[in-house]
Amino acid sequence: MMQTRARRLAVAAGMALMAVPLMIATGTTGGPTAAWGQGRSDLVIGMPLEPPHLDPTAGAAAAIKEVTYANLFETLVRIDASGAMVPGLAQSWTVSADGLSYRFALRPGARFHDGAPCDAAAVKFSLDRARGAESVNAQKGYFAAIAAVETPDPHSVVVTLSRPDGLFLFHLGAGDAAIVSPASAAGNKQKPVGTGPFKFDRWVAGDRVVLARNPEYDGAKPALERVSFRFISDAAAQIAALKAGDVDAFLQFNAFEALPEFRNDPKFTVTVGTTEGETLLSINNARKPFDDVRVRRALAHAIDRKTLIDGVLYGNGVAIGSHFPPHRDGYVDLTGLYPYDPAKAKALLAEAGYPNGFDTTLRLPPPPYARRSGELIAAMLAEVGVRAAVEPVEWAAWLEKTFKGKDFDLTVIAHTEPLDIDVYARDSYYFNYRNPAFVRLEEELNRTQDAGRRKALYGQQQRMLAEDAVNGFLFMLPFVTVQNAKLSGLWVNRPVQANDLTGVAWK
Amino acid sequence: MLAFALRRGLTLALTAWLASVVVFAALELVPGDPALMMLGVNAQPDTLAALRAQMGLDAPPLDRYLRWAGGLLRGDLGTSLTYARPVADLVAERLVVTLPLALLSLVMSTAAAIPLGLLAAARRGRGGDWAVLGFAQIGVALPSFWIAILLILVFSVGLGWFPAGGFPGWEAGVWPALRALILPALALAIPEAAILARVTRTALLDTLGEDHIRTARAKGVGRAAVLLGHALPNALLPVATVLGLQLSFLVAGAVVVENVFTLPGLGRLLYQAIGQRDVIVVQGVVLLLAVFVVLVNALVDIACAAADPRPRALS
Amino acid sequence: MTRRIPVSAVPAAVWAGAALVGLLLAVALLSLVWTPYPAEQVRVVARLRPPSAAHWLGTDHFGRDVASMLMVGARNSLAVAAAAVGLGLGLGVPLGLAAAALGRWGDELVARLGDLVFAFPAVLSAILLTAALGAGAVNVVVALGLFNAAVLARVTRGAALAVWRREFVRAALALGRGPLSVTLVHVLPNTLGVVVVQTTVLFAVAIVNEAALSYLGLGIQPPSPSWGKMLGDAQTHLFNAPLQAVFPGLAIALSVLGLTLLGDGLRDWLDPRHRSSGLL
Repeated sequence: MMQTRARRLAVAAGMALMAVPLMIATGTTGGPTAAWGQGRSDLVIGMPLEPPHLDPTAGAAAAIKEVTYANLFETLVRIDASGAMVPGLAQSWTVSADGLSYRFALRPGARFHDGAPCDAAAVKFSLDRARGAESVNAQKGYFAAIAAVETPDPHSVVVTLSRPDGLFLFHLGAGDAAIVSPASAAGNKQKPVGTGPFKFDRWVAGDRVVLARNPEYDGAKPALERVSFRFISDAAAQIAALKAGDVDAFLQFNAFEALPEFRNDPKFTVTVGTTEGETLLSINNARKPFDDVRVRRALAHAIDRKTLIDGVLYGNGVAIGSHFPPHRDGYVDLTGLYPYDPAKAKALLAEAGYPNGFDTTLRLPPPPYARRSGELIAAMLAEVGVRAAVEPVEWAAWLEKTFKGKDFDLTVIAHTEPLDIDVYARDSYYFNYRNPAFVRLEEELNRTQDAGRRKALYGQQQRMLAEDAVNGFLFMLPFVTVQNAKLSGLWVNRPVQANDLTGVAWK
Repeated sequence: MLAFALRRGLTLALTAWLASVVVFAALELVPGDPALMMLGVNAQPDTLAALRAQMGLDAPPLDRYLRWAGGLLRGDLGTSLTYARPVADLVAERLVVTLPLALLSLVMSTAAAIPLGLLAAARRGRGGDWAVLGFAQIGVALPSFWIAILLILVFSVGLGWFPAGGFPGWEAGVWPALRALILPALALAIPEAAILARVTRTALLDTLGEDHIRTARAKGVGRAAVLLGHALPNALLPVATVLGLQLSFLVAGAVVVENVFTLPGLGRLLYQAIGQRDVIVVQGVVLLLAVFVVLVNALVDIACAAADPRPRALS
Repeated sequence: MTRRIPVSAVPAAVWAGAALVGLLLAVALLSLVWTPYPAEQVRVVARLRPPSAAHWLGTDHFGRDVASMLMVGARNSLAVAAAAVGLGLGLGVPLGLAAAALGRWGDELVARLGDLVFAFPAVLSAILLTAALGAGAVNVVVALGLFNAAVLARVTRGAALAVWRREFVRAALALGRGPLSVTLVHVLPNTLGVVVVQTTVLFAVAIVNEAALSYLGLGIQPPSPSWGKMLGDAQTHLFNAPLQAVFPGLAIALSVLGLTLLGDGLRDWLDPRHRSSGLL
């Protein structure tokens, strides 16, 4: 230990000595007003999970898009910090009256990092690749309505749909719709080549991905020259890295218990924003006894969402009463429909023929929110006589057994796709909800462009799901960021899977 | 001797082959589809089929095993399903973390254990001996992952001297990289040192009882000189034997400790690959580990047989 | 060859070990009838409390009483370790005896099977197995039990071979006793000492490995508490509640210490000439 300590002192002394000429240098180049933090043009971002690869068009892992979206790859339509659709690679677009034809005018100066022009041919290539027979796009469904992609001139693209799709533009703004180059698409997993203001520098496996400013970028150049994404999954290590200054900001910080400490420290800023993640106690509606709406309503009454949000998120979450985020247009507050009431839950269970409750299983995927919620929910259900055996599984097993196999009783999972209430209209979605009335609402929604009517339809959908108590609707997953107080421009909310750093700068 | 080595070589090949079959069969039975893992909840059946074809998962299991085994014979460990990179590259990348970690903990444990063993042997039955024996007894009882957590608690959370996890890579400089490895290496080294100190003490006392040592003592050589000059060299063989055997336990311990410190080592690669159902990576890593363990065991056997003919001569 | 540990120390080590193991057993048994609080009772408002008169060891991140959880954890830990060692004894000892009795190819077969099991460190094979069969206590028992069986087969075989070479066994064979009867009458009783010692050691190893797997989330499943999972949960609260990472580890370490002290004491008592290799 003595040796370590001596070493540390030596290092500290060396740093103190080095700091002197460094300060002088800053003083001469930065002028007399130069202060600490200013003049810094590098940024280290911490995030919990490492992406498996860096091709956003070939994988569902959110981490891929969190590194690449808007930074490295661009999309035709871009989703901004408020969730609005703004011009991306397309400067502008027009939609035909029948909603079947979209015309995009491309940014003329856009180039890929390897120098190839990003023209109409590249856009056509990207869209055709995403919807083609060989496509391995995780969101191939986003492109299903496309009938044809034409390129009347090098800077114009016309997309014709076979049926109206109210979310088509929104989906073009997802990372999965990134525009890639025919020349480099095959290598994007390891060496991504995009059109964004940052280009790929290097990847230290298991630790970080580094991006560097793209000097040739045709749009506004970002303030940062160098951006590192560091992957730290362990909560204690996240806290330590922030305190030691190893990372300048941690996104999706989930050591909620440490937030008060960071809030009280003037060196840090803490923001709690929204995600699109509706966290559910998913119920297998086709399986006994959950095929009885009274049983599902009993579960809803048995869950104390306030305690859950306190216990799992340390209060940093918003309760939901249906499958819709409170921050989006069209939200209807249905959280009062099933207040926490164990007695009522027991009565409903008795009415359904289970006066002594029943045994069931509660399968939990790996994320901490799911495991912790599950443990608490099992305890809450036990109080009304529902004995849920907790069964933690890995992602692979969860996907295979629960999602694909639909072989489950209960599970806890956050549905993180934006505006994904349509999953309840799907034929064979894993919670086995089948309601023709809901499907009709969805069909009408797809035909409807009028914003007011769309809102009304979304409201009806939410109410229908809540009344059927399809799932236990728990809370919205929060998007918590702990950042250096001298940093500006980080997104507070996460309307899409993205960490858009193009507007980030040191104050 | 040659026949013995040849026999061990054959055994090694057989064990490695059996290990690969067992792992392949196990992963065939495991629920989970790497393509579904990659494409997630909105994946469509046709995209999954396309990806499976791309990954080579559309062939029947036997064909896939044979293809993998065939590649292996040509020295090709295959391509990872998740990372779309050669397994050999992934392993090489992770070895630069795991190997230094294992070596560092090995160095730490021997550097502590041999002096402790010497001390105990020199002070046999007295305070120093008891202290070493006590350390040995307690050190063995401490699970390395708990030591790891305690070290984080004291040196990262409390004092802030070392990072609580992660690895900056060697290109960040030797000291930052080494700094990230010191606590994990220490966590692995403490139980090792406890075992080794005890073995060293026992081996020293054994050799002290032997005839040539007694002769040396009778000739008037000092106790310290006998201990260092005569007993220690003779005691090193059993110590090295145990060290060799412990190496395989070190590998297993590294899997857990790498997870505690989120180090991007071989153990964590394997753990994650199992989670991602990346059969090719799991097979490659397990095969390497199995070969390593069997090889070390064989080397230890050979070394023992070559260096110590006494048991045979006596019986 | 001399005894290395002073004679007077042997009973002390055995006593200390027996006392610790006895304490562990007592706590585990007590938890069947009494714990300060129900170990699974969640009270979020009272979470991460430091030790106090109401909660001797404080509360965890869900407000559960840590002392109660440790008590039930002792029971779970012992149950898994006992089952894993029991499985190892049931499979390993007969295999080892058979290998020694059969000689040549039977011996070789057992040795190679052992190599195969040893090629995968116990924790690794448990990770693989729980991936295949799902996490849970039973699968951890199977994985650790197979490893224990391999160790016990090897140890039993070695001890049995030594017995087979002895005069009285040759005499028994000369008198026309068959290998089965020789094994049961002469070999088995003479190997028991070694097996007993190895069993205590494996018991300790099983406790550590179970904790490691539960730490990774693959062992005993919540809501039933386990020491390993408690450590895993505590790690995320190191900054707020550092003591939570101390108690479960201490419980593991004291149990292992008790078992190794007991094992070492027994070894010296049963076989003074034993070379303590320190392995396992």
